[in-house]
Amino acid sequence: MQSTARHFKDNAGAALVDTNLQDSLSKLKTGFSERRRQAAERLPEFEALRDRARDIKNHALENLDFYLEEFERKVTALGGHVHWAPTAEDARRIIAELCKGVGARTIAKSKSMIAEEIGLNEHLEALGITPIETDLGEYIIQLRHEPPSHIIAPAVHLTKDQVADTFLEHHSKLGFTRRLTERNDLVAEARYVLRQKFLDADVGLTGANFLVAETGSSMLVTNEGNADLSNTLPRMHIVLASIEKVIPTLEDAAVLLRVLARSATGQESSAYTTLNTGPKRPGDLDGPEQYHVVLLDNGRSSVLGTKMQDMLRCIRCGACMNHCPVYGAIGGHAYGWVYPGPIGAVLTPQLIGVEEAGNLPNASTFCGRCESVCPVRIPLPSLMRHWREREFERHLTPRPVRQGLALWGFVVQRPQLYRAVTALANRLLTILGRAEGRLHSLLLAGGWTRFRDFPTPERGGTFHAQWQRRRS
Amino acid sequence: MSGDAGNADRTEVLNSVRRSLRRGELDADRRQILEARLAQPPRGPAIARAALAQPGKVDLFCTWAEANNATVARVSAAEVPSELMAYLARNNLPAQAVIAPSPQLAAYDWASQKMLSLRHGRAEASDQVAITGAFAGIAETGTVVTASGPEHPVTLNLLADTHIVVLRESDIVGGYEDVWARLRTNYGKDRMPRTVNTITGPSRTGDIEQTIELGAHGPRRMHILVVRE
Repeated sequence: MQSTARHFKDNAGAALVDTNLQDSLSKLKTGFSERRRQAAERLPEFEALRDRARDIKNHALENLDFYLEEFERKVTALGGHVHWAPTAEDARRIIAELCKGVGARTIAKSKSMIAEEIGLNEHLEALGITPIETDLGEYIIQLRHEPPSHIIAPAVHLTKDQVADTFLEHHSKLGFTRRLTERNDLVAEARYVLRQKFLDADVGLTGANFLVAETGSSMLVTNEGNADLSNTLPRMHIVLASIEKVIPTLEDAAVLLRVLARSATGQESSAYTTLNTGPKRPGDLDGPEQYHVVLLDNGRSSVLGTKMQDMLRCIRCGACMNHCPVYGAIGGHAYGWVYPGPIGAVLTPQLIGVEEAGNLPNASTFCGRCESVCPVRIPLPSLMRHWREREFERHLTPRPVRQGLALWGFVVQRPQLYRAVTALANRLLTILGRAEGRLHSLLLAGGWTRFRDFPTPERGGTFHAQWQRRRS
Repeated sequence: MSGDAGNADRTEVLNSVRRSLRRGELDADRRQILEARLAQPPRGPAIARAALAQPGKVDLFCTWAEANNATVARVSAAEVPSELMAYLARNNLPAQAVIAPSPQLAAYDWASQKMLSLRHGRAEASDQVAITGAFAGIAETGTVVTASGPEHPVTLNLLADTHIVVLRESDIVGGYEDVWARLRTNYGKDRMPRTVNTITGPSRTGDIEQTIELGAHGPRRMHILVVRE
């Protein structure tokens, strides 16, 4: 997928004045985040489960080579195939060859963020193979030629009316000429249209929430059932998963499942959690004849053993973006690439470079809500701080910011000078703003005063001055 | 892919993992520890709400299944066919269904319902009602667990608008961990069924305005007959 992360500031500016988007985002506060809070409160063991979930993922990452080999051994023993893809290009090539091997014309595709990451759809289309997104949200944005704006709710940026317009435009040629107004009618129409596509598809492609080394199973968590139709009806099932998805055992999966659905949507359990292990067995009346797992690295292995390893614990629940005030204000598209929100601000510079995505980790107030809700306790603010430091080190920060920080650094390292400067600034601001107690414009602070007034200091001088008086 | 290129890719990924972790392949001692962990998987924190005697588990299962939009009828084995017919009538559904070819289901007296027409096998796109058994029920979340095989085609769980599950009370367990233990006992530790579905209520989506709508791709209705023994 082509990145526009470089233009984050412009993207964010446009998002703030997009009324449809703002309408959709206003529902986030009462939607996912409130439901997560209630689900967490219903389960007294929730915090203990989060600790264990973190420990399980850490253990798996520290022994990743062992568990990957174990997973491969089990898949192979039951008649499946494992393919290793060091890069995005390798994964695209492997999947294209598998599809061509069965003469595939259409693919029923279940939502996969990794498929977005490697630009799979564009690649397959160029080869004459049609991927059909079957998750409702993904289907909607595929029709609209848009990227997902959220990792679990890809069409969360759209209103019902926008979906109705999109369906009317694309379904009228199938005989659906009435513009729908109710959500359940929209869901029913998509169900009808997609059902035939499932039945016709040659290949089913899904992601995986977890790969279980103990059993060689891929584990999928969904609500719609589209992933299950994708891995049951077509004659080939391809699982595309990144290497950090492997966990040791089914018991570990149980812990992770308990925090995943609650953190994501506030459900006690998603409707469908499915373990797939190898192809159709002798005597089975349905199921795919071939089962393939494509293991994608794409730079992840190089994160192991570094300060940034914690990001690989992510189980893609989306809680960090549901609780982020910045995501809540601008939505996912402004981030400019596949993964938005706090986890996107951490993953994107790693995957496509800090030169392209350096703006993203700056789009945070470090309020810490993301870390406070992360089911695997990823220290997102400190990982974002790491990228800010890398950006500064590489001289990617704009010159005025660098000069400002240098000046600030010079002053704060000299206490006498600092006190003198702040006392002077304090008096100056008090005088300038004495009429109203606030300033409408201020030299060097145009970025602030363009949108809001600058408050004048409280009476009584600087903090240092007040402290001195209080002590004496 | 298979062949030399595939092997080179495999080596590249594994070597990169080891290089980053600043070590070579794991030594024998470390491997032994990890193999022991696989052989005896440690359980996570116990979930208090499912730590109940069997009747309590059955009640908890029914409560959560209903909370997740399934419907539940608690019946004796003799009542299974009549409750099925009553359910179909209540919901204006035809007295016609596809049923899993399993000995457990064959033991019920379906012939007692003269109007009922059953086909044994996998589901087809035209089927409106599918009847299956269940491998287990999970009390903690009201989840039905099915294991694929000749006696339980997966399409039965997915294609029909209405999924009717016949679940014996004795198959209801506390949590996922109890299901894993049963799978290992019944199928062998290294041989999972091809597909294990855990299903919590009917299919749903929240993809339009974060509002839940039932019946996205899988069944619109899920009715569970919990059978007393």
